Amino acid sequence: MSASTSSLAAPASPPSPAHTAPPDQRARRRHNPITWVQRGGLTTLLFMLPMLIIFGVFSWSPIVQSVIMSFQKTNLVTAPTFVGWDNFAAVFHDPLFYTAIRNTGYFALLAMLFGYPIPLVAAVIMSEVRRMKGLYSVLAYLPVVIPPVVSVLLWKIFYDASGGGVFNTILGWVGIPPQPWIQDAATAMPSLVLQATWAGAGSTIIIYLAALTGVSPELYDAAEVDGAGIWKKIWHVTMPQLRGILFITLILQVIATAQVFLQPYLFTSGGPVNSTTTILLLIYQYAFTNSLGGAYGQATALSLMLAVFLAILSLAYFRLTARWSDK
Amino acid sequence: MTTTLPTHEPPVAEAPPAPVEPSRRRRRRDRGTAEADRGILTGADWRRPRVRVTAGTLHIVMLVVLLAVGLLPLLWLMKSAITPTQDTLTNPMGLFPHGFAFSNLAKAWNDVHIGDFFFNTIAMAAGEWAVQLIVATTGGFALSVLRPKYGRIVSGLVLATLFVPAVVLLVPLYLTILHPPLIGHSLINTFWAVWLPAGASAFNVVLVMRFFDNLPREVFEAARTDGAGTFRLFFSIVLPMSKPIIGVVSVFAINAAWADFLWPNLVLADIRVQPLSVRLPQIQSSTDLGVYLAALAIATLIPVVIFLIFQRTFLRGGGLGGAVKG
Repeated sequence: MSASTSSLAAPASPPSPAHTAPPDQRARRRHNPITWVQRGGLTTLLFMLPMLIIFGVFSWSPIVQSVIMSFQKTNLVTAPTFVGWDNFAAVFHDPLFYTAIRNTGYFALLAMLFGYPIPLVAAVIMSEVRRMKGLYSVLAYLPVVIPPVVSVLLWKIFYDASGGGVFNTILGWVGIPPQPWIQDAATAMPSLVLQATWAGAGSTIIIYLAALTGVSPELYDAAEVDGAGIWKKIWHVTMPQLRGILFITLILQVIATAQVFLQPYLFTSGGPVNSTTTILLLIYQYAFTNSLGGAYGQATALSLMLAVFLAILSLAYFRLTARWSDK
Repeated sequence: MTTTLPTHEPPVAEAPPAPVEPSRRRRRRDRGTAEADRGILTGADWRRPRVRVTAGTLHIVMLVVLLAVGLLPLLWLMKSAITPTQDTLTNPMGLFPHGFAFSNLAKAWNDVHIGDFFFNTIAMAAGEWAVQLIVATTGGFALSVLRPKYGRIVSGLVLATLFVPAVVLLVPLYLTILHPPLIGHSLINTFWAVWLPAGASAFNVVLVMRFFDNLPREVFEAARTDGAGTFRLFFSIVLPMSKPIIGVVSVFAINAAWADFLWPNLVLADIRVQPLSVRLPQIQSSTDLGVYLAALAIATLIPVVIFLIFQRTFLRGGGLGGAVKG
């Protein structure tokens, strides 16, 4: 897919006759509103309008506002006042901020341990399936299409800490005593990650499967000529060919886990004893569940910091995918 | 290509001599039609008994794991939705409940008003879908086909929002909905609060622009020569040619709307406009388990059906959301 980057930079060759006029003539006409309308400039603007309005009001302006608000004290009643770096200082003085970073980091780490190797192994096995390949993909992707809220609520029932809970019943079959799951500070976070991995692994598997079909058969042929066995082929051909996509999924996963909200919000509301309060949950609490009225400044200050961190990651991601899809 | 296939295939026999024969034949036929010529294993590898047994076992284990992990939770939900609550409580993993309780579904739909929230979800998804399609197709058309001078700046600004995570918009967007410009009254608790912001999806615009960029420009020029105006060009030429990408954007839009929680939870606090995703967590403690599970099952139905119908769209673009495979 090389059109992705080249098309955006492609030289404009519009069908309207005015654009084919010599440059000096074009430059002269541009400043004349009447010829601009005659050449369809107004119609073009009309087509642009829905995008300009929607993006302007609901994307560009909120982005700018969020930067401004992080330096303001806003309570929606009196006019906002500038407070400099106070909001950022308030965030840094909040002990929960460090708890949230630690918890989010812990979530990301566990998600990496659970969720990173499993889809890769599954995809390599699935790519060699000769019959009913589609069935494998559909089954793997099924958890992804269950609405996230339903999926979390369903797992909340599975995680019932009593001996009669679904998971505890299954554990009972193999003689393992009932686990507290989301009720205990020690097991809450791994339980959240387990559900998140279940809900997300399918899409990663699909990415890897696509990448695996892209590995050129000639490379395997060449490896065989050199006498490589199956393991050597996987290690020296498959893995190096997947290196780019492995790094991309890594970045994607960090971006996603840094913004985890649904699981801690619905499973545990950040408990027990703040063991699952994540950064996004803290932002939400600052802004919307604060009994003193929304600490909007603090919330935007924290989201801005998170956004800068994520923007760097997504920039890396887009550079990589651009290079990767150009191949 | 079938060049790597073994050529000593016996003619179709009425009774295969060995149990492996029919499966091997089918495998060969499938390989011929498969997208990839070969994977890690060659035909020669497959003929080695040890490899065949190991790989075959791995594939069966994989299938069992996928069935248990991917399908079983869904089946459990479907079963428990029509099982009496007492059965689910005392023996959650029981295969044969003491009778059915189809009344769970009726109770969920009528008494817990899941029906109302179901239609709210549909209204929310339909509006988000419409707004996203209008913005993406008109905007993409203006940027990719009409290409005005300022188009570069606009597309740059649209692309830039891809790098801004949704989190950063949460608070200012909420305040925008509370005090929208020009309208003068709050949009909180109206569907507009979810419909309009959904349109600001740079991802859709990029998808549509890429598609429009690849349309043959000769067609546009021919239409222009034949006297078609810009509107005619859009409605009679470009839109009819864009069915594939409109389909992709639609499927993603509807699915995303169905899945969305954080934003509707903030702006749709009124029970009369709440979608399922917002309502379901609230009814958990006050609803009989069987009825509650029936409600969850109803909420799952539409996305799963959409997925099974549009499998290819999901499985091809679902991963990177089309970023890798245009």
